[in-house]
Amino acid sequence: MSVLIFAEAEKGTLKKVGFEVASYGRALADLRCEPLIAVTINTNNVDALAQYGVDQIVQIQDDSLDIFSAQRYAQVIAQVAQQKAAKLVVLSSTADGRYMAPLVSVILDAGYASNVVALPSATAPLEVKRSCFTNKAFSHTTLSGETNIIGLANNSFGLHEKPSQPVIETLELTLDPDPVQSTSVEKVTGKVAIADADIVISGGRGLKGPENWHLIEDLAETLGAATACSKPVSDMGWRPHSEHVGQTGKPVASNLYIAIGVSGAIQHLAGINASKVKVVINNDPEAPFFKAADYGVVGDAFKVVPELTEKLKAFKSQTH
Amino acid sequence: MKVLVCISNVPDTTSKINFVEGDTRFDTNGVQFIINPNDEFGLTRAIWLQQQQQAEVTVLTVGDASCEPILRKCLAIGAQKALRIDTTATDGFAVAQEIAAHCKETSYDLIITGRESIDYNGGMVGGILTGLLGVGFVTNCISLEIENGTATLAREIDGGKENLTAQLPLVIGAQKGLVEEDDLIIPNMRGIMQARQKPLNVLAAQKNTPKSQVSKFEKPQPKGPVKLVAEDQLDELINLLHNEAKVI
Ligand SMILES: Cc1cc2nc3c(=O)[nH]c(=O)nc-3n(C[C@H](O)[C@H](O)[C@H](O)COP(=O)(O)OP(=O)(O)OC[C@H]3O[C@@H](n4cnc5c(N)ncnc54)[C@H](O)[C@@H]3O)c2cc1C
Repeated sequence: MSVLIFAEAEKGTLKKVGFEVASYGRALADLRCEPLIAVTINTNNVDALAQYGVDQIVQIQDDSLDIFSAQRYAQVIAQVAQQKAAKLVVLSSTADGRYMAPLVSVILDAGYASNVVALPSATAPLEVKRSCFTNKAFSHTTLSGETNIIGLANNSFGLHEKPSQPVIETLELTLDPDPVQSTSVEKVTGKVAIADADIVISGGRGLKGPENWHLIEDLAETLGAATACSKPVSDMGWRPHSEHVGQTGKPVASNLYIAIGVSGAIQHLAGINASKVKVVINNDPEAPFFKAADYGVVGDAFKVVPELTEKLKAFKSQTH
Repeated sequence: MKVLVCISNVPDTTSKINFVEGDTRFDTNGVQFIINPNDEFGLTRAIWLQQQQQAEVTVLTVGDASCEPILRKCLAIGAQKALRIDTTATDGFAVAQEIAAHCKETSYDLIITGRESIDYNGGMVGGILTGLLGVGFVTNCISLEIENGTATLAREIDGGKENLTAQLPLVIGAQKGLVEEDDLIIPNMRGIMQARQKPLNVLAAQKNTPKSQVSKFEKPQPKGPVKLVAEDQLDELINLLHNEAKVI
């Protein structure tokens, strides 16, 4: 028996979530005294997984998998799980990870819990803690499949180095076609994606109009952060929908979330609450965001933000 | 074209989240239930297919009789027919199995679920249903056009979007973007009156096998008070973020 992880890559290079899933998988494998196996697809730097305690790497190289396909990737993961007798499979919570996980679970007839935020509190039966009610609660859930899949919430476990010397093998698999065909991918270049960002800078209606967004963008650029916005801001077309975060938008689980001119409505907070440290800048001391934040500045964004950006630039040039 | 929209009955987004019976059950006391927002975006898209391409729109929920008001609301929004599979929705597996059993008897060209429900956030019903039916699946779906049995779609990905095509039958996971907030249909009096005459059929549940069970709910630890920094002390904010929070 073994624990299997899928280490996600982007254009052939492992993503940070791949290492987080490996770190979690290592701890899980230790709990169960089983080896940790990683499967990768068309990935060049598989050696990097050795930093995170992987015992064995199953490397799949197949040009037809260069373009992501949920159903074909799911077959890869399921077939490797079967070959390696993995009774626990760990996937990430990226858009692709969430897309594949239920498909893998059907192939393996496995139980599946998404949004898992911690190591299982018990392994037989398997009990996991997952977030639910859009971050307003957690549930302790028992998975009763013979095989089970854990969807690890992004940025919930962190990276834990534990060097190992993995055995690398390549495997050829026969896959069925996916009825869904990708025709093109449009990625915004030169910007940090909200899902991958350690820091997210978010602007609300308090910024008065799209012409003022340089305040948000300058601060984001200084910190290497992604930009986000509240729902009304995207509804009014000030910012693209892809930046809308909250209960009905994208979830955010960054290390640092800075909200500027955002009131902190319950639906906004629900979606960003998984972020570790929250900062609010708002001229209304009664804004509900102050109850949810770790740090706050009561002040006019038009004055505070440019000054903060300047000071951060100085701080950055001093520390680097 | 026959379209099935799967609807989840969820607490209103402003609901207080509390638990009862030793934290094993969600406290529905005083809670208003709504159509899961992701499902509602999907329903609106389905109604457009009905208006523009003569699609027949059925809504379905797996749950007890307390879910019927939201099914009536879906009928008032414009769905022609509602179905309720009469069983407790134990987990995403059980729900998907029930829907799959129905879809094997009555075939649909397009099945719409929400990308996830806002209560249990499982994000699995659409995908499991897909696997059980052996059809195509696109989740986080933000655009859908159907012509001559071929769907052209887009899904949101991390940092952008992906364009896709697929033949029907197909399952999609809907979210905002498939239609916009302003497009959501608010039922008018005529719709509400008509909804009373439309069929809402109750189907017996099949045998389903849940694969998970919630043993206990827990609320997040209350967090400490915010640390306020004066607007002329921004160096102190940087200091706190660097040395205390260690995030910059
Ligand atoms: C079903 C449902 C789902 C929803 N989902 C979401 C969601 O996913 N995400 C989301 O964000 N919202 C969501 N909402 C909307 C939510 O209820 C709020 O309306 C919204 O978050 C408010 O956006 P805001 O904070 O930008 O604007 P406002 O509430 O108008 O707040 C603007 C803030 O800016 C401050 N401000 C004004 N001027 C300045 C200044 N010069 N300097 C500093 N601060 C200033 C004000 O004090 C105020 O606090 C949802 C609502 C519903 C009903």
